Amino acid sequence: MEQMMEQMPVVVHALNIGFLQTLKLFFVTLIGAFPLGLVIAFGSMSQFKPLSYFSKLLVWIIRGTPLMIQLLIIYYFPGLVLHNPIWGSGESGRFLAASVSFILNYACYFSEIYRGGIQGVPVGQEEAGLVLGMTKSQIFFKITLLQMIKRIVPPMSNEIITLVKDTSLSRIIALQEIIWAGQAFMKGSYGISGAIWPLFFTAVYYLIFNGVLTVALGRLEEKLNYFR
Amino acid sequence: MAILEVEHISKSFNRTEVLKDINFSLEKGQAVSIIGSSGSGKTTLLRCLNFLERPDKGTIRVGGKTLFDSGDPSTQLESAIRKKRLHFGLVFQSFNLFPQYTALGNVMLAKELLASEQPDYKARKKEIHEEIHGQARELLTQMGLGNRMESYPHQLSGGQQQRVAIARALALSPDILCFDEPTSALDPELTGEVLRVIKELADKKTTMIIVTHEMSFARDVADHTIFMDEGIIVEQGDPRQVFECPGEERTRQFLSRFTNG
Repeated sequence: MEQMMEQMPVVVHALNIGFLQTLKLFFVTLIGAFPLGLVIAFGSMSQFKPLSYFSKLLVWIIRGTPLMIQLLIIYYFPGLVLHNPIWGSGESGRFLAASVSFILNYACYFSEIYRGGIQGVPVGQEEAGLVLGMTKSQIFFKITLLQMIKRIVPPMSNEIITLVKDTSLSRIIALQEIIWAGQAFMKGSYGISGAIWPLFFTAVYYLIFNGVLTVALGRLEEKLNYFR
Repeated sequence: MAILEVEHISKSFNRTEVLKDINFSLEKGQAVSIIGSSGSGKTTLLRCLNFLERPDKGTIRVGGKTLFDSGDPSTQLESAIRKKRLHFGLVFQSFNLFPQYTALGNVMLAKELLASEQPDYKARKKEIHEEIHGQARELLTQMGLGNRMESYPHQLSGGQQQRVAIARALALSPDILCFDEPTSALDPELTGEVLRVIKELADKKTTMIIVTHEMSFARDVADHTIFMDEGIIVEQGDPRQVFECPGEERTRQFLSRFTNG
């Protein structure tokens, strides 16, 4: 216990650095996957068959295989198989590869949520707008969009909270996120080795951050509760 | 001169002929009731008038102006349809109010969007808004909803929602207001309040087409009644005549289910 208190400042410092990387990956994924998911959603709903098949194939492959394997393939495939290591070396290369993997993976999950949200708005809403002389874009922005957002907030919240924890998968390509930083103290880091408690301690970070997210997303859901 | 002339309208969905050579006309200030069993094409006819469906054949004229002619592609331009729709209003069976707007917001939205496209909108923004706001309040009051203007649709009963929907359609002052079974989604005790406001509109000489299963209402409120069956107009004429001494056997069969039931 005493030893743990002694180690605490060093461990917290290292974990903070790791968690910063976790947060970076988290936000970059959201920023990329929100719009890309919408593109894939419209792709799979497209009347143009090749586009719709391609989008559905992509969603099937991404949702049908583990994210961890996707990370490995995306990171190592260009260098090992194509002999063209496009990601660059070091932590920045790993972060780039991890970002691409996470954005692609989460965009596919998001696309299905968007699709449900769009198709969940009754067709009568659009028809009511049309007979009132509104344009398609007025109907989308003034009528359907908010109803769609309301529908997707609960399933989206679920995915967002899952994403916080999924970022830890990126240690498979040695991205130095918080789990990687915690684990390092077992092998030796900052002169500490054989300590497993820092790894356990990472849970506190996840828990607090997810607590904040849960409250924020709950508020958003409540804000949209003024209509049904 | 007739305000609405519908000639030779036909419409098929996947080889099923839903409308077959529909002809009728409507004078300004008249109310027409359309009766017939489910699947007889009544709703499709209203949807064709509102350009939610495109007829395969026929013409639609409003006030002498051809809005749609299956033989003339220049009347079928996607870009012009929006303006043409404004000749008609449509009240849906399932209300289709916009849930995120209050009763007042529902009535005002379309008119505000239209106004915002006018060239002088920026300069007169406040004035225009006041005008639309005032008109919407007036319409809702007229619908007996003076105290529910700030309510959201989910806070209103079905009958109140449908009255908001009627006000919303009236806000754009359509030449012809169409009702698609306006009381079919309502509890029996709520149909009365909706029928009452439609009756008031008829008394004020609002030009209307009312598709309904309320037979006594169809007879009493309308100046003209159309009976449809399997996509054709079997019989049309003065309501008393259609209801009391129908000339066609099919009309008799249809009506007997209501008088005996």
